[in-house]
Amino acid sequence: MMEIRPILSTLRRHRVILWLLMLEIALSCAIICNGVFLVVQRMQHMDMPSGIAEHELVQIQQAPITPPPDRYARAQEDLATLRQIPGVQAVGMTNQVPFGGASSNGNVMLSPTQPHRTLSAAEYFGENLVPTLGLHLIAGRTLRPDEYVKVDMVIKALADGSSKGFPMPMLVSQALATRLWPQQSPLGKLLWLAPTASFRVVGVVATLARANAYNTATAQYSMIIPLHMGADKDQSYLLRTRPEDRQRVLAAARTALEHADPGRVVTHARTYDEIRSDYFKDDHAMAGMLVSVIVAVLLVTGLGIVGLASFWVAQRRKQIGIRRALGATRADILHYFQTENFLIVTFGIVIGMVLAYGLSLWLMMHYELPRLPLSYLPIGAVALWLIGQAAVLGPALRAANVPPVVATRSV
Amino acid sequence: MFAYYLDLALRSFKRHKTLTALMVLAIAVGIGASMTTLTVLHVLSGDPLPGRSGELYYPQIDPQDARGMMPGHLPPDQVTLIDGMNLLRAKRADRQALMEGGSVPIQPDSSSLDPFYVEARYTTADFFAMFDAPFLYGHGWTGASDEAHARDVVITRQLDDRLFNGADSTGRALRIGGSTFRIVGVLDTWRPNPHFYDLDTGAYDYYEQVFMPLQTALELHFDRNGSVDCWGNGTGGVEGGAYPSATCAWLQFWVQLDSPAKAAAYKTFLVHYSEEQKALGRFERAPNVRLDNLMQWLDYNGVVPDDVRLQAWLAFGFLLVCLINTVGLMLAKFLRRSGELSVRRALGASRCALFAQLLTESGVIGIAGGAGGLLLALFGLWMVRHRTSDYAPLAHLDPAMLGVTFALALGASLLAGILPAWRACHVAPALQLKSN
Repeated sequence: MMEIRPILSTLRRHRVILWLLMLEIALSCAIICNGVFLVVQRMQHMDMPSGIAEHELVQIQQAPITPPPDRYARAQEDLATLRQIPGVQAVGMTNQVPFGGASSNGNVMLSPTQPHRTLSAAEYFGENLVPTLGLHLIAGRTLRPDEYVKVDMVIKALADGSSKGFPMPMLVSQALATRLWPQQSPLGKLLWLAPTASFRVVGVVATLARANAYNTATAQYSMIIPLHMGADKDQSYLLRTRPEDRQRVLAAARTALEHADPGRVVTHARTYDEIRSDYFKDDHAMAGMLVSVIVAVLLVTGLGIVGLASFWVAQRRKQIGIRRALGATRADILHYFQTENFLIVTFGIVIGMVLAYGLSLWLMMHYELPRLPLSYLPIGAVALWLIGQAAVLGPALRAANVPPVVATRSV
Repeated sequence: MFAYYLDLALRSFKRHKTLTALMVLAIAVGIGASMTTLTVLHVLSGDPLPGRSGELYYPQIDPQDARGMMPGHLPPDQVTLIDGMNLLRAKRADRQALMEGGSVPIQPDSSSLDPFYVEARYTTADFFAMFDAPFLYGHGWTGASDEAHARDVVITRQLDDRLFNGADSTGRALRIGGSTFRIVGVLDTWRPNPHFYDLDTGAYDYYEQVFMPLQTALELHFDRNGSVDCWGNGTGGVEGGAYPSATCAWLQFWVQLDSPAKAAAYKTFLVHYSEEQKALGRFERAPNVRLDNLMQWLDYNGVVPDDVRLQAWLAFGFLLVCLINTVGLMLAKFLRRSGELSVRRALGASRCALFAQLLTESGVIGIAGGAGGLLLALFGLWMVRHRTSDYAPLAHLDPAMLGVTFALALGASLLAGILPAWRACHVAPALQLKSN
C-alpha cells in the first residue's frame, strides 16, 4: 500500500495547480454526468413505441388541382386503385400518423357539462386503420364499415348543436383507457369531445402514439373515430407491404394515383421509417452533439493532465533521483504518480458530484428536464478515473525511468 | 518593447512546442464549439425586421366560451374570422393586416412545366407596407381589391424566375387552383427569419411564394395551413370543404402602431371591443387582452428551440473546461521558466515588464487559438447546415460574430494568462539563480 501522507504534503506545496486541476475535473464531471443523462433521455425519447408496423408501411399524400366533385367518392376510388397494386397487403386512410408532426387533437371530457377538459388526446379519423397500421386489438371489437359517417354530417350536426348520430363508436388506446377509467373495463364507457358530441368505446388497441408526442406521459393518448374524411391534401393513404417491397409499392402507388387523375399533385410519397426519423431528427442531432461534447471534455481534461503531470515530473527529476538512490524501485515511483493522480481526480470528483447536482437543478429550472438520478454520478467518476490514469501513465513511466544517478548531479 | 516581447514569445513557443500546441488546441476547440452554438443562437434569436419590429404589434383577445375559464388564463394565440374582420375594418391602427397560411396549386401555361403546389399567404392590403416587403416589380393590391375579392396576386422573385424566367410579369395572368389571377406585383427576395407573422406554419426557413387577398382565397375555398384552436361545438373544418367554424381561432392579425401612446390606446380599444362583444353576447369572458410587440411575441412563443440554448450553455461549459486547462498549462510553463525570468529580473526588468511579456505570450496563444477556433466554428456551422433541422440553412457566420470570436478568444486567453503571469513574475530571482 502506497503511503499517502508524503503525496498530500507535496500537493500542499502546489496548491494553485492542484486547485486548477481539481476544478477542471469537477467541471468535467458535472458536464459528463448531466451530458450522459441527457443523451440517455434523448435515446429513450427516440425509442418511443408507435404501436404500428413501422417497417411495413408507406405513406402517400396527394392534393387535387381543383377539388373533386365528390371528395368521398374520390377517396373510395383511390383506395380501390391502391388495393390493386401487387404486393399491397392492406390499404388505409388517415388524417395523421404517429410522429407525423401535423396533428389533430380533441379535448376529452367525461361528462358533457364539466367545466374543464379532462385531457387532450389524438383524434385518428380514417378507414381500415387497425389492419393497415397493424394495431393490436386487446379488448372489444374493431370498427365496422357501416359505422362510418361522412365528416360533413358531423360538422353540420355540431354546428346545429344536434346530438343526432351520437354517441358514435370509437376505439381508444390502452394508455388513454387506463388514464380515464383506472381499474375499470373501458368497453361501453362514454366520453365527450364537444358538449353535444358523445362517443362510446367499443374496442381498445394496445399502443398508438400521437402525431406530436412531445410529452412522454401523454404520448400514447389516442382515439380512432369512424369518419369518412374524403380526399384532400391533409389525408394520407397508407399502404402495408413487405419491407423489401416498399420502394416498388411507393412508385407504383404514385403512378396509379397520377394515372387515375392527371389533374393532381402527389405531395408526399415516403416510407414510414422516413417519417419517424424526420420527427426525431432534432433529438438525434442533439444526442450527437452531447456525445461529442462529452468526448471532447474527456480529451481536453486528459491532455491537461498529461501536460501538468509532465511538468511535475520534470520539476521533480532531482527528488525522484534521490528517492531512487535511496532504494525506491521503479514501481514505487510509478505508483507514486498514479496514486497522486488518483487522489487529485478523486478530490475533483467529490466537488464535481456537488456541481453536477447543482447543474441539474439549474437545468430543471430553465428547461423541462427531470432531476439527475443519483445513479448517473458514478458514470462521471469512473470515466474521469480511467482518463486520469490513462493520461498520467506516460509521464509516470518517464518518471520511473529517471536514473538514480540524477541525484548526484547538479543541474 | 511589444515587438521584443513578441519575439520572446515566439522563441518560447519553439522551445515548448507540445505544450504550446496543447494550449492553442484547447482554446481553439473551446472557441470553436462556443462560436458554433452561439452563432446558431444569434441567428435564431435575431430580429426579423430590424428598425420596424418595435412598431409591429400582435393583438390577442379572448372570444372563448365561459367553460374552462381559469383566472390568469391566456387568450388564444390567433383570432376568429369574425373578430379578425371586425378589427381589420375598425382601422384603429396605423396599418393592419389579417392573414392565414395556405398552399395553392400553380398551373403554368407552358406545357413543359407540370402543375405544382407552393406555400401561399392569404392576407389583406396593408401586409406589404406594414412588413416592409420589397417589390421588384409592381406593388401590392389595394383595400378595394380586398373588398371586391379581386383575383389579384403577388408572387415572389423565385416563382417569377420559375414561371417567367425573371421577366417583369406584372399584368400577366396566372392560373391558380382553376381560377385566373392577375399578377400585380413581384416581391424581391424577402426572407424574414423567424417567420414571425405565423409561427405555426414554420418558424424558420419558411417562405411563401404567393400572396393573395384573404377574401379571395376564402371564396375559392383554397387550402389552409396552420393551427386551429376550437371551443364549444367548434370544428376545424376540412380542406376544400369547410373552413373552421365561428368558434375557432385560426387567423393571425397584426397591427402597426407608430408610438407607445398609440399602442396604449390600441390596448384600450381591444378592451372596449371585448366589452362590446360581451354586451352583444358573442363573448362570454371578461376582457382578456394582450398586445405584444414583435420581439415580445417571439419571446412569448419561445421561438428559439430550447435545444439551441442548451447547446450554447453546454459549449460554454466546455470552453470553461478548456480555459481552466489552459490556465494550468500556462502556469506550468511559466513556472518552468523561473530561471529565465529570474535572469531578466536580475538584469533590471521590472515585475511589470515581466508581466507584460508573459501576457503578450498568452495573447499570442489566444490569437492563434482564435484563428483555430474560427476554422473549427466554420466547420461546425457547415456541420449544422448539413443537419436536417428547419433552421439548419440559416447557420452562417456574420461579421459581428467573427469579431466576437476573436474578442472571446483573446479575452479568454488573456484572462487565462493573468494568474500564471502574476505568479511567475513573483519569483524570487536571487533564490532561483542560486539554486540553478
